[in-house]
Amino acid sequence: MIAVDIEARQGAFRLEVAFRAEAPIVGLFGRSGAGKTSLVNALAGIARPQRGTIVVNGETLFDSARGIDVPPERRRLGYVFQDDLLFPHLDVEANLLYGFHRAPRAERVIEPGHVIELLGLGSLLERLPTALSGGEKQRVAIGRALLAQPRLLLMDEPLASLDVSRRDEVLRYIELLRDDLHIPIVYVSHSVAEITRLADTMVLLSEGKALAVGDVDAVMGRIDLRPQTGRYEAGAVIDAVVAAHDVDYGLTTLHFDGGEIIVPNVEALVGERVRVRIRARDVSIALARPEGLSIVNVLEGSIAAITADGAPIVELQLRVGAAMLQARITRRSRDELRLSEGQRVYALIKAISIDRRSVGYA
Amino acid sequence: MSLSADEIGIVLLSLKVALVSVACSLPVAVAFAYVLARFEFPGKILVDALVHLPLVLPPVVVGFALLVLFGKRGPIGAWLDQWFGIVFAFRWTGAALAAAIMGFPLMVRAIRLSFESLDRRLETVARTLGGSRIWVFVSVTLPLSLPGIVTGIVLSFARSLGEFGATITFVSNIPGETQTLPLAIYTYTQVPGADSQAWRLSALAVLLSIAALVAAEWIARRQPSPARNART
Repeated sequence: MIAVDIEARQGAFRLEVAFRAEAPIVGLFGRSGAGKTSLVNALAGIARPQRGTIVVNGETLFDSARGIDVPPERRRLGYVFQDDLLFPHLDVEANLLYGFHRAPRAERVIEPGHVIELLGLGSLLERLPTALSGGEKQRVAIGRALLAQPRLLLMDEPLASLDVSRRDEVLRYIELLRDDLHIPIVYVSHSVAEITRLADTMVLLSEGKALAVGDVDAVMGRIDLRPQTGRYEAGAVIDAVVAAHDVDYGLTTLHFDGGEIIVPNVEALVGERVRVRIRARDVSIALARPEGLSIVNVLEGSIAAITADGAPIVELQLRVGAAMLQARITRRSRDELRLSEGQRVYALIKAISIDRRSVGYA
Repeated sequence: MSLSADEIGIVLLSLKVALVSVACSLPVAVAFAYVLARFEFPGKILVDALVHLPLVLPPVVVGFALLVLFGKRGPIGAWLDQWFGIVFAFRWTGAALAAAIMGFPLMVRAIRLSFESLDRRLETVARTLGGSRIWVFVSVTLPLSLPGIVTGIVLSFARSLGEFGATITFVSNIPGETQTLPLAIYTYTQVPGADSQAWRLSALAVLLSIAALVAAEWIARRQPSPARNART
């Protein structure tokens, strides 16, 4: 559990944030310059806020009124930076064990052997950081933070310095440690895809303030927050279960509360829970069930909300079973189809618009 | 060429003076370099200027200042003699002190530069991993600054071997006690017909300097350089 109520000034920038969050993964989302890193630095004890309190798992780490400011080495928060920041003079093994040796003997619960296996670092132990690929470096950095026996893991844009193909690899490992080690994570990102894939609760930061705190799908679904969550990437997040694989066509059928959708091959076993993000711009609307169409996903639902301002683009919220979907269409389409709230419609989603990065393990 | 007992004595004395001066000034230089590289405080400019003073002052002035302060009747010299029995005046220890003072700015500059060029986020990571300030300094800051520290040692060692003005002013030119290589060469140049001795000692000075440079290069090459271990 994290409870933050702080005020910090850094030159002209002013961070004034108050929120409570309790979840396996808390996503800290915001554009660059929103104050994400300042907030994480305050949590880690690297930057000292002017005023306020920081409480993690019931322990007060900072309280300006009571004069409490626990130094970073005693906060026990693992910090994974944007750059891996491995110690260049130490090999992988010495890097991994740096924090392990500093942790009190009685609290060494997370074993080096386990982390090395989990993150697939066995063959790298004797290498120096310069001999590693970007993804490998970031995995070592994560392992190093874990072995310091943290109460909480802070990850500040851990994928930002990796190329796209490596990001998926590291994302998988983050999901793995969430499920395997049960360490709460604060995950900082400006990527909607990463936040919706990983986080359960999210904090939306903008200009140094927390605009919204809550479940990821609830916050992402709020139309009034679109300027922050981004129009292009905006969409709904759906919890689903893998129902079947079609090996021939390389497709996977997913079951969710409003029906079935077919997506390109997902690497998960039948019965596993996954989380799918469907961008609003990838959803089209039809009044009747269309025939002779290449689009495989046709979902019946009703319009829950529709924006009514004069903008050329209109946002729709669709109720499909118990799930909520979002769609973006032109205002002209809205008028021509005479769409209104409560109306029965069909949502059309191209399977290929849901790429692998949109599907994560719940 | 075979060396006479006198010449061997001069070389050994010079090496002793230089080594002791480097060994004693190194911890102090590291402390000054760290404070100057990492902290802002009132009077920092003054401290910085004081450290650099020996670099810009005529060495004779430094030697004279040492004589006044550390002489038998000087305020510091008398005190040290009375309480600790340490005497600098006209002793080889005085020559080492003069060499240390003259080499100090070079040492501080080199070490400070490497502290400043270090990615400080590495120290921050080490703190979040549970390292105290002191442990982080020992396990991250110092090893990563080693190239600068080696450079500082070599520069200050070379400066110590060549020290002349401050030494002769402070501790005079006493054979067997304070007569280091440069002082001996100077002495021979003042004696008619002693040119060959001056030549021999000068050649020795060149050899010593080259040896110091080679040793420094060898140490620097033994550092685990990131570039060399890179996978292609």
